[in-house]
This record gives sequence, C-alpha cells and structure tokens, in this order.
Amino acid sequence: MAKKATAKRAAKKSASKSAPARKAAAGKDELLTYYKEMLLIRRFEEKAGQLYGMGLIGGFCHLYIGQEAVVTGMQAASKEGDAVITSYRDHGHMLATGMDPKGVMAELTGREGGYSKGKGGSMHMFSKEKHFYGGHGIVGAQVPLGTGIAFAMKYNDTDNVCMAYTGDGAVNQGQVYEAFNMAALWKLPVIYVIENNKYGMGTSVERISASGANLHDRGKAYGIPGDEVDGMDVLAVREAGERAMEHCRAGKGPYILEMKTYRYRGHSMSDPAKYRSKEEVNKVRSTSDPIDRVKALLIDGGHASEDDLKEIDKSVKAVVSEAADFSQSSPEPDPSELWTDVLIEA
Amino acid sequence: MAIQILMPALSPTMTEGTLAKWNVKEGDTVTSGDVIAEIETDKATMEFEAVDEGVIGKILVGEGSEGVAVNTPIAVLLEEGEDASAADQAAPAAAPATETKSEAPKSEAPASVPAAPKSADAPAPEPEWTGATKSQTVREALRDAMAEEMRSDEKVFLMGEEVAQYQGAYKVSQGLLDEFGEKRVIDTPITEHGFAGLGVGAAFMGLKPIVEFMTFNFAMQAVDQIINSAAKTLYMSGGQMGAPIVFRGPNGAAARVAAQHSQCYASWYAHCPGLKVVSPYSAADAKGLLKSAIRDPNPVIFLENEIMYGKTFDVPDTDDWTVPIGKAKIVRPGSDVTICAFSIMVGKALEAAEALAEAGIDAEVIDLRTIRPLDTATIVESVKKTNRLVSVEEGWPFAGIGSELGMMLMEQAFDYLDAPVARVAGADVPMPYAANLEALALPQADHIVEAARAVCYR
Repeated sequence: MAKKATAKRAAKKSASKSAPARKAAAGKDELLTYYKEMLLIRRFEEKAGQLYGMGLIGGFCHLYIGQEAVVTGMQAASKEGDAVITSYRDHGHMLATGMDPKGVMAELTGREGGYSKGKGGSMHMFSKEKHFYGGHGIVGAQVPLGTGIAFAMKYNDTDNVCMAYTGDGAVNQGQVYEAFNMAALWKLPVIYVIENNKYGMGTSVERISASGANLHDRGKAYGIPGDEVDGMDVLAVREAGERAMEHCRAGKGPYILEMKTYRYRGHSMSDPAKYRSKEEVNKVRSTSDPIDRVKALLIDGGHASEDDLKEIDKSVKAVVSEAADFSQSSPEPDPSELWTDVLIEA
Repeated sequence: MAIQILMPALSPTMTEGTLAKWNVKEGDTVTSGDVIAEIETDKATMEFEAVDEGVIGKILVGEGSEGVAVNTPIAVLLEEGEDASAADQAAPAAAPATETKSEAPKSEAPASVPAAPKSADAPAPEPEWTGATKSQTVREALRDAMAEEMRSDEKVFLMGEEVAQYQGAYKVSQGLLDEFGEKRVIDTPITEHGFAGLGVGAAFMGLKPIVEFMTFNFAMQAVDQIINSAAKTLYMSGGQMGAPIVFRGPNGAAARVAAQHSQCYASWYAHCPGLKVVSPYSAADAKGLLKSAIRDPNPVIFLENEIMYGKTFDVPDTDDWTVPIGKAKIVRPGSDVTICAFSIMVGKALEAAEALAEAGIDAEVIDLRTIRPLDTATIVESVKKTNRLVSVEEGWPFAGIGSELGMMLMEQAFDYLDAPVARVAGADVPMPYAANLEALALPQADHIVEAARAVCYR
C-alpha cells in the first residue's frame, strides 16, 4: 500500500509540473543546450542511416531517432562520474555522454579511428573516460552489468549513480529481476531507465507483457519505486532523473524510470516496420516530437528566433558532416589488430 | 551544391533492389525524415527517408525500375537557392558517384590474414621452493590464497551463494567473513546469471571480484555473462575495458550426484578466446594459481574439484607463493610414454604410472594445471622424448581437451610420434547415479594403464 501511495504521489508530482512550472525550471541556455544535443543525435542518426544505405556501415544498425529526449534529459540531471550502460540502440547515449561523434561514426564504419578501433561496431562501443560502459548486444545483459557498476560505486564510497538503460523488450528477461533483487537488497545506486518505445522489434509491448503496457511498476515486488515519465519531453525526463538521482545518492537504493517514448525508424535498418500504421508514426512525429517541443519553448518564450535556430542547425550539421568525413577517411584497422586486445598481458 | 540521392542498401545483404514508388515528384520540397520513396529489398519493402532538405530537382530512376544497384544516383536534390540547372549539372556526375561506392571497404582476401602470434613469451618457470612447507588441504590452501590477496588488495572481494555466514557450501571460505566483514564477503541470492553479470560490471569499474559458483554446473545459468560480457569486452572495446575477475568453484563429478551435478567444463571454457582456464591438482598449485588468478587482469575460470578439497599436500609456508598461469608441471619424470592430465585425474595418472612401472614402462606424468593458455612447449618437449601421448580427462571425449592435445601434436610434433595419440575420457553419456554405472563412466587408473600399454605396443 505504501509503495502504491509513493508511486501515485510521484505521478501526481510530475503531472502537476506541466507547462508553467517547467518554463520556470528551464532557462534559455538550458533549452538551447538540450535543443542542440538532441538535434546532434537526430542528425547523426540520419547520417548513419545514409551511410548504411551507401554500404559504408554494415551489419546491424539501430537508430535512436525519436527517443532523443530520454538520454538528453537524464544526462542533464546527472553529474560527473555518473555512469551509463545500455543495449545495442546506443549511438544517442554515446553522444549524450560527450563522446566524440567522429570516433562513434568511425566505429560504425569499422575504421581505426573508431572508439573500439573498428573491432566493436554499432552495438559494442565504450568510453572509460566518459563513463560509458557499452553498448551491449545481448538483450538484458546490461542490467546486471550496470548493477555491478553501481555496486562498485558504493564499494568505493562514491556518491555516483549508474544509469542502466533497457528497452521494453528486455524487461522480460529473467536476469533483469535478478538484478532488481540484488540492487534493492544491497541498496545500490542504480537507476533503471526503461525506454518504452512500445515495440520490442516487431512485437508491441501489450502483446508480450502480462502486466500490461506499464512497466514502471515492474520493481514493485522488490520495493523499488518507479515512475512513468513522458520520455518525449526533455524537461520531464530531467525532472524525473533528478528525483531518481537524489534517491540513489541518499543511499536509498535503486529507482525505476519508465520513459514513454517512440522510435520513428524500424527496429534496425532492415526492418520495414509493418507492425504499426503510418498514421501512428506520423501522429507521434507531428504532435510529440521532442525536438519540436523544445523549439516551441524557445520560440514562444522569446529565447530564440527561427534564424538563431537555423544557425544551430547549421553548426550541428557541420559536426555531423565532419564525423561522416572522418568515418570514411580513417583507414581500416591494420590487419595486425586482429590479434590484439584478446587478453591483457599480465 | 546539388546533392545526389543514391539507391540505398537497406539490409545487411542487399546489393540491388526495385524502386517501387516515388512519394515525391520533381519540384517538391522535402525535409530530413520525409519518406521520399519505397524500395523493395531482398527481404521487404522499405520506406526511404530524405537525409538532407531541399527541393527534388530531378528524378533519375523511374518508378518500377528493377535491379537498381546500391549507390546508383536515383534523384538530385537542390539546396536552398539553387535552380533546376544545378540538377542537370549534377545528374551526369553519376560516374563519380559510382566510384564512391567502390570506396566502400572490401573484405581483405583470406591470403592477407596475418598468422596468429606465437605465444613466444611463455611464462617464466616458477622458482623451486626450498623453504619450509606445511601440510594443508586443498580447501585450506584456497582459503589462504583468497585471504592473503584480500589482505594486500582492498579491491578484491568474494561473492557467491553461502560464502559468508555459512562459511562456504564446501567450507572453502571458512573464516573470511570474520576477518573481512560483510562488505567484502558477500552472500548472494541464488541467482547465478545475475551475480555473475554484477561481478563483471564491478570488474569493468576496476574492482577484482572472486565469484564463487557452488558448482560449475550452476554456472551454466551465467554462461552468457561469462562469455559475452567478461571474455569479449576487452576486444570489443579496442582494449579500453577488461574484466579482472575470477570465477571459481568445484567442477566435474563429485560422488553419486548424477547427471546435472557432474560435468567437466574444462573444454567448454577453454574454447573461448578472452578467458584463461586453470584447473589445479595439488594444494600448493591451488594456492599459487589462485593467487595468480586474482592478480591477473583478465577473466580467469578456476576449476576446482570437490573430492580434492579434503586431500592434503605440502604447501610452501609463505604468504607470497604464486604459480604462473600457463605453465604445466612434470609431476613424474619418465621416458617411455607421456601422460597428460589435470585436476583429480592427475592422481589417477600417477596411480597408473606406478602400475606401469611394475610392468617395466616408465611413464612421464604432466599436470597441465592451466588449460588455456596451454603450455604446449612442455608437452611437445616430453613427447619428443617419449614419442607417445595418453591424454586423460574426466570430461566427455568429443571435442574435449584430448582432442585438442591430439591435434596440437599433429601440428607441432607429428614426426616424433611413434603411436597414435590415445585419450582416456569420461564415458560419452550423462553421468549415471548408480554406483556401479558411475564408476564405469569415470576414467580409472586401469583405463590409463591400458591406453599407455597400447601406445607402447606392450
């Protein structure tokens, strides 16, 4: 009962923070930053899709278009030293943690200048410097791993937090609940960010979830508080992220944030997405686009003009162009790289 | 500058496709994300979105065109301020665009694949211990190894089922909770997949977890985290992030615990690059190798044996005894036949060697100690002397350690062999429960004697 009340209160709290409170919460500079960061992810992903089309990116390539507000808002709520780990739809997370777009794109093209020297690809990239722990291709595996990162944070007496991202498909994996149990038992500072984009590949969440489309209460059995968040609204995400981080940093254990979001593209590049209607996609794009929302706040609030935003668009495009150029000019890894990094020489 | 829109590859295997439909016509304005065409790939009909914004200046490939090669220019997009003449200028540039395609990386021909590096830098042989020794069980030696490493490195901790308050299901962690407290000696829920993954995550952060599996049979639940997360991440991260972690626990058959609790995993883990696999026999090696495993920056699978826990050996009386990983040990020198074994089977091999001596056959027994990286040099040197090998393992024969030893000798010592390599392995069946059947399923000294006599033709 108590848990229910908490969840309800939290939901109420975020519901009450609609437009007026929000405007007060985010100033011009913040809005401009979020606009720029989200636009970078969108343009980067569009470019990645194009390079895939040209045969420069191979294998699987899962784009993050539509979900930009989730990582952008969570990073805005985080502080230096907080870690991020996610599954294979990871390009947005890497850009949001501040990883260099050139290194990310060059990894997608399998070049020496990529973050993993071309040996990891789209789904397996890491940056210790930016506290980004992957990039994991096995659905759900990142959840215990992220819990272990939080374990180390507590073991080392830091007040950092690990954000372990997972999709609506992965939350049916058994290991997710094994991790929930340990995280709650040991009060580990981990935020499970469930990016509910409504489809696990081609299967809608309703079709595979016995508990219905809502996933924020999946930690109920372990006493893990969970909130439903409008994942298309960067300010709502940030606000929820701050709440969860405060909880974690206070030593109260894990927190679940279910981000209601949407991916515009197919599951991967080769998915024609016939399992949903065009109208459904268009409706989300035209009414809830996370970038358009911030754009409206900027324009309506008198923080920026259309021309100001065009300038930002231009600069973002230039960054992406540079990344795309680098990803084609950087050479393929030296053949000798085949044998390196298997083991660390003791 | 006008931009050429190219026929996209929309699946990992697509080389050409059908331009099924244009959703735009010349003169239409498009922005990034607009669906401009529908393209049939080898798998499905896909929507094709614009990446850049502008006006469709010219459509170069008409609706319904089949067999359009990937990267063929299909339309020209005009940017702000350009007029239609720019489209005409851009259109003939089809040829250079095709060249762009050829810049796409091609797979190297197999001939240019560089050979695997030779493991030239074999570990230095361990120093002979001439100091005092004490009599210890394998169980105590393992406990001391963990305690000593935990004393010297704050980052080392132990987690697993019943390792703390219960003092270990097999009492290997006896006393550790009292000395190190519950922060570093952690009872886990029965959740192998979860705590193996949690341990790997902690190792990514630089901690040095020792993850105990009550038996390696239960590690089957965790094998994805061991292989896909622990073993592969260093490579996938281009060397940025490794997992300094030890997975340890009893492996192989105990006594009368039947099929699901009696399996040897040596060859399973030894198959995988990115892992080290250790399986000691004596207490001194158990201690020295476990200390090396904890200090190793790589994931190490440490295969113990329940029956061996209570066996007593002489162990160097020091807190700084280490045995290098990757080094086999000749535990009984001989000249007529080489017998390779590991873990509990070393005892059976020594027993067999005594019996063979009575029959006038002088067997050399090698304790492999490390399965991966395998100390091929020691084995090859021995075979050059004896010209014969018998491999002994408790696990199944198919694709087992014996298979690897046989192949390795084909590659490295074929000319020295005077007889086909023989293997003695567990029966190729799930472990039976009945006492008589269990004994029949496990390699016995008699089997080894028989195999050695066969390769000696005596």
